[in-house]
Amino acid sequence: MFLRMLTGAISRQKARALTIALAMALGASLATSMLNVMLDVGDKVNQELKAYGANLTVVPRSASIMGDLYGDAGGNRKAEKFLAEDELPKLKTIFWAFNIVDYTPYLDVTASVTGPKGTFDAPVSGVWFDRRFDAPTGEAVETGVIRMKSWWRLEGDWPAEDASQCVVGANLASKLGVVVGDTLNAAAKKSETVTASGIFHSGGDEDDALFAPLAVAQRIAGKPGLVSRIEVSALTTPENELARRAAQNPNSLSRHEWDTWYCTAYISSIAYQIEEVVTGARAKPVLSVAEGEGAILRKTQLLMLLLTVLCLACSALAISNLVTASVMERGAEIGLLEAVGASRFDVSALILAEALVTTLTGGAVGYFAGRVFAQIIGRSVFGSPINSNALVPPLVAVLVTAVTIAGSLPAIRLLMSMKPAETLRG
Amino acid sequence: MDILKLANVSKIYGSVKALYEANMSVAGGEWLAIMGPSGSGKTTMMNIIGCMDRPTSGSVLLDGTDVSGLSAPELTHIRRDKIGLIFQQFHLISYLTAVENVMVAQYYHSMTDEGEALRALARVGLEDRAGHLPRQLSGGEQQRVCIARALINYPKLILADEPTGNLDETNEGIVIDIFRRLHGEGSSIIVVTHDPEVAEVTDRTVFLEHGRIAKTVSNR
Ligand SMILES: Nc1ncnc2c1ncn2[C@@H]1O[C@H](COP(=O)(O)OP(=O)(O)OP(=O)(O)O)[C@@H](O)[C@H]1O
Ligand SMILES: [Mg+2]
Repeated sequence: MFLRMLTGAISRQKARALTIALAMALGASLATSMLNVMLDVGDKVNQELKAYGANLTVVPRSASIMGDLYGDAGGNRKAEKFLAEDELPKLKTIFWAFNIVDYTPYLDVTASVTGPKGTFDAPVSGVWFDRRFDAPTGEAVETGVIRMKSWWRLEGDWPAEDASQCVVGANLASKLGVVVGDTLNAAAKKSETVTASGIFHSGGDEDDALFAPLAVAQRIAGKPGLVSRIEVSALTTPENELARRAAQNPNSLSRHEWDTWYCTAYISSIAYQIEEVVTGARAKPVLSVAEGEGAILRKTQLLMLLLTVLCLACSALAISNLVTASVMERGAEIGLLEAVGASRFDVSALILAEALVTTLTGGAVGYFAGRVFAQIIGRSVFGSPINSNALVPPLVAVLVTAVTIAGSLPAIRLLMSMKPAETLRG
Repeated sequence: MDILKLANVSKIYGSVKALYEANMSVAGGEWLAIMGPSGSGKTTMMNIIGCMDRPTSGSVLLDGTDVSGLSAPELTHIRRDKIGLIFQQFHLISYLTAVENVMVAQYYHSMTDEGEALRALARVGLEDRAGHLPRQLSGGEQQRVCIARALINYPKLILADEPTGNLDETNEGIVIDIFRRLHGEGSSIIVVTHDPEVAEVTDRTVFLEHGRIAKTVSNR
């Protein structure tokens, strides 16, 4: 009977029900798109933060060893600068050596790579995959890309440390038509045939690149003993005022402050110590960039949250108006229900159920519209599709219910104050 | 035993004494008419008896319970169990069929029983119109649906406020015949009317004037 009354009442007031559903659909669609964008963009930035699992990059300072000194003619390229491979173990000699969890050198070179589908120019990075050595301090070190890029998905195997093997990024692999086990030719200064021991999915730009053992890349590039940069991941203490001042200029600190800073695992003091041991090196914290992005993201999310809340509040207002109008219009019907024995609670339940059925229907429509909006926002603002988060539908359902109940409260208050004796006179 | 006993019942709206110091008893099985000019307090009195409203002062004994000081939920309870209401404006729910309108009263009383609702419609001669919506029924037929709805839960007291006020003579006759039959079966009925012919067929007529009971006349 309740159902019959529900459907009867809703179908009788089609126009109003439609307006209520529409008001809710609008609110729900915005909430859906905002939530999807918020949750997904949060994930994306987290991925990026992880991608910066390296929190320091060490690059050559301007006055570092010139490539030319090692016989590189250079041509019309600018003089490239490099770090020396034999200095790499020194990173494990600094004060905070134990905080340096992992690191790997990179020798970056653009090579013509030939695969089954043809020849393409592609970035080739020479790295350590799984390097084992004893540090000058006697510590046994095991480090490399395998540990640092733990979230990469690999088909096949990682290359053996000094073998003529490589792993190919997923995008590049499909461009070249390479499958695991194929042989490729990579040529820059010199040409070398390498076996693709694996294909990896990084989710980032690396998917367009080829990763080979450092020695292989050095041969191809004709740069023995040289590296372009070092990625370091270090455990650090959160930055504070002192660390920020030191990062600007370590010489501005007092003797005592300097000691405190040097002996704390701030990213800036670790960077400073790396620069002390590696000739011509400049160590740059990467996290600060990511942190800046994180701050902007948090602000953006706050803004989106605010917008969603405002929008839902508007929906609640619209619903409140419409439900109240409906209750006023149906005074006689409500009085009659009370006359035949319905309590105020019964009548409120009926009104609320009517509103909920209507708004949940509208909310469902809004949800799907919101997913479309999220895609549009994703494409136009973030340049990537937005994944629909499984958390969003229940969240939207809860929001719709809450908004409906909040919106129906004034109507229910009105209903409580109505006297059946008076409504039936009308 | 009296089904209803009003003692010094007043309903005062600011300076308007809608009902003033009313004293009246209705015996079980009695059929009572209330007459009086417009604004004399007939509907006010019916609302108080029907537990739709509370008196400003005085006591209302309904089937042995004093309802004058009860809370709204308590009044709802008593109304649901003891009262059957019939209105001049019918007050049918427009989007429900005749039988569904009867079943609404069952639903809020206890549980719906379509067979019983159909039998109630049959008692007022509407078994073949059970599936019609109110707008598909004539005024007289609508009022008969209201009577079926008022009877469905076997109320102790049937209250009808100008049930024939919107009906033509033929339909008035049909409705009065139904009341007569209910009276014959032992129901207690109070009917408000402007029509002396209607009042005449009842047991007793109470005349209201300016909120006061002016006189009571036995029709037997
Ligand atoms: N809620 C109210 N507030 C103020 N005055 C009221 C209210 N309800 C009724 N009255 C007044 O109480 C008096 C009695 O009204 P009531 O409706 O009982 O008259 P009635 O006898 O039923 O009249 P009618 O025959 O026209 O239906 C009237 O003067 C009316 O204006
Ligand atoms: Mg009246």
